[in-house]
Amino acid sequence: MTAPQAVMPSGLGARLTSLRSSVAANNAAPIYLVLLVVFLVAWLVVSIAGGHFLTLDNLTSMLVRSVALGIVAAGQTVVILAGSLDLSVAYLISVSALVSSLIMNGDPNRMVPGVLAVLGIGVLVGLTNGVIVTKLRVNAFIATLGVGLILRGLLNAGFDNFAGKVAPQFEVFGYGSIGPLPVSVIVLAVAMLGVWFLLRSTRFGHHVYAVGGNEETARLSGVRSHRVIIGAHIVCSVTAVLTGLFLVARIRAGAPWIGPDGGYDLESIAAVVVGGTALAGGRGGVWGTLAGVLILAIIDNAFNALQFNSFVKDVVRGVIIVAAVAIYAQRERRAGR
Amino acid sequence: MPDQPVGPILEMRGITKGFFGVPVLQDVDIDVRPGEVHAILGENGAGKSTLMKILAGAHQPDAGTMVLDGQEVRFGHPIEAQNAGVSIIYQEFTLLRDRTVAQNIYLGREPHRGPFVDTAAMERATDELLRSLNVEAAIRPNRAVRSLSIAQQQTVEIAKALSFKSKVLVMDEPTAALSPREVAALFDLVRLLRERGVAILYISHRLREIFDIAQRVTVLKDGRRVGTLDVAATTSRDLVKMMVGRDLDHYFPPHAAPADVGEARLAVRGGGVSGLLHDIHIEVRRGEILGIGGLAGSGRTELAQALFGVRPFDQGEVEVDGKSVRVRSARQAVRRRMGFVTEDRKIEGLVLPLSVRNNSLLALRSLGSFLRRGSGGIPVAELLRTLELRGAGLEREVRFLSGGNQQKVVLAKWLACEAQILIFDEPTRGIDVGAKAGIHDLMRQLARNGAAILMISSELPELIGMSDRIIVLRNGTVAGELPAGSAESDIMFLATGEQDVAGAA
Repeated sequence: MTAPQAVMPSGLGARLTSLRSSVAANNAAPIYLVLLVVFLVAWLVVSIAGGHFLTLDNLTSMLVRSVALGIVAAGQTVVILAGSLDLSVAYLISVSALVSSLIMNGDPNRMVPGVLAVLGIGVLVGLTNGVIVTKLRVNAFIATLGVGLILRGLLNAGFDNFAGKVAPQFEVFGYGSIGPLPVSVIVLAVAMLGVWFLLRSTRFGHHVYAVGGNEETARLSGVRSHRVIIGAHIVCSVTAVLTGLFLVARIRAGAPWIGPDGGYDLESIAAVVVGGTALAGGRGGVWGTLAGVLILAIIDNAFNALQFNSFVKDVVRGVIIVAAVAIYAQRERRAGR
Repeated sequence: MPDQPVGPILEMRGITKGFFGVPVLQDVDIDVRPGEVHAILGENGAGKSTLMKILAGAHQPDAGTMVLDGQEVRFGHPIEAQNAGVSIIYQEFTLLRDRTVAQNIYLGREPHRGPFVDTAAMERATDELLRSLNVEAAIRPNRAVRSLSIAQQQTVEIAKALSFKSKVLVMDEPTAALSPREVAALFDLVRLLRERGVAILYISHRLREIFDIAQRVTVLKDGRRVGTLDVAATTSRDLVKMMVGRDLDHYFPPHAAPADVGEARLAVRGGGVSGLLHDIHIEVRRGEILGIGGLAGSGRTELAQALFGVRPFDQGEVEVDGKSVRVRSARQAVRRRMGFVTEDRKIEGLVLPLSVRNNSLLALRSLGSFLRRGSGGIPVAELLRTLELRGAGLEREVRFLSGGNQQKVVLAKWLACEAQILIFDEPTRGIDVGAKAGIHDLMRQLARNGAAILMISSELPELIGMSDRIIVLRNGTVAGELPAGSAESDIMFLATGEQDVAGAA
């Protein structure tokens, strides 16, 4: 491609327009309104009930609780945008936590090999998911469910509870902070920004949107759609591994139930669709997902503060997820006319 | 031509193509010169689209050669054709609605530095393209395609084609969905491209457009080239004659005798669907087959959908058997004893993995007649025997049936509900010749037994051979009515709005 060489000194106005159109294209603007409303309602209700909501401690705790789901949901966004999805993340999170904890076994010198090993496993699992979806033409739902079950079988064959121990220095990832900012929140921010940049500014990212929007169009334009889908699965699996590493740094030792107990498979998909990304792919973005994650975290936090029973919490979460997607569907229908 | 300044940039010679042994194109020659608009004219099924898909690399010819710019070429993939300078703009656009104009134009070949897309460069290049088409004010590179009008999206498709440095541009029915003002803008664009030496192959069946925009015209019929003419030296009457002049080699059952036709079973007065249909006045009588003709996009299928409540009328009145009714959904239509044999039976007519029996009972069961489960009470077997469904058991999945037999199962579905008003949309599309006659006989028999039948067909011989009256639609309303056995040219003139030419000639 003969791209023009000079870099245009684009003015602030042009940048703002571009930003505005990318926000509109991400469909993320309205979800932040919902986030604000949920936040205000939670604040009001918790305050009336005599609890503490708008304190630095509580806000920080809410953010930290969003980290685990947020990182994996960022990856889930990519794979859903590409028109696929990943149900194996929960068990991959357990594998990541368990294997890194076993390799480290409390030894600081084995921190790097431990992290590298599980990142390698992540790439391998993502590659497997992607190849099954593209080359074997298995529906992504079934393919990743199957891979998840395989991982679960392997986990349960060897372990039923805590095993190994992370290096003490590694716990910084879970508990440390730089100034007032928890390290884990910085990691979440980096993951979100990284995925945002990947989607917005790389050819891979552009092709993810194209393949998810219409695989045939993308293919006829010369995009190697299978590679794109496989790449998206690898990104998603790597974020699942990062979530596993964060959780094991918090818990200090790996266990096979870490991922599935957190419900990270369906929760991450829920956060993505609440954030306005189309489950069919091609439309959405990671900022919507962040809002989705925060909404779920606020609801969690508020109900914990109220010490309400968790059935009500699930009802509220269910209503919000369904309502959000219903609203998107209406908007889509109106826009389609 | 004695003083032809330039030779053709593209020549297709002896192009022959068949699908599953059925010849679609036979020995077709066509060429186009730089700066020329060469129109390709023909009825549905004449082979226009197949010819263009071969040119664009979407199909491979069985025989024949293509010479582009003096070199013999063969395109295995649309990308190869585009890179060689041959682009096609399909009726159905291939843009990604959620991406920007620039992202669509440079999809798969984004300007980049390393792995990073150079968005500024991409949008600047897009802007240059749009400027060269004088549309930079209306279409910005960073606008999402979904926010553009159909005409603007088409312009983006044209800009995309130009970004490949296209020497040959194929436009497939580009005005089908445009308003008159948009058509004028499109023609300005086409003239601009001509001036720049782009060769344009322009598929259409709107005769007027061909006189407005094209220099030469090639007429295709039944997969063969009838002839190539200079537009300046021809009349629309000549063209129509070339398009339709053929022998009626198909047998049709006799038309209804006047005594067989009774009172109106279905009547529409002033019917309209906003943006699609307006001022529709029609009556379908007991015992007759009313044919509906018209070009693609004239509102034929929309009329059927409105009658059947799929996309109901929002203006006007509908009467069934003399009583004013409101049909707001397909369910209500079925309850009024209406049946709709849709154009695409595999998607809209049948549930492919279900058996013949279950498909036949589909509509009836939805009405709540579950008590008569199985075939108890409803003689499905007998019903299918009267339809002469041969070679298929009741329990066979319908996806294994031939097109003709599938159509009979669709019909059985409505007959099981004792439908009295039947709407057929392209009743014999995709059905082989032998089975066609069978479907035609059945339709006539149903009419004779008192049904009122409305038949949409784009095949003129079928429309003429089957209809007791023909209503021709144009631009969403009734253009005129013709009696049984009218000439093909009369229908075409009504459908294209070229009556004046017919009268004058």
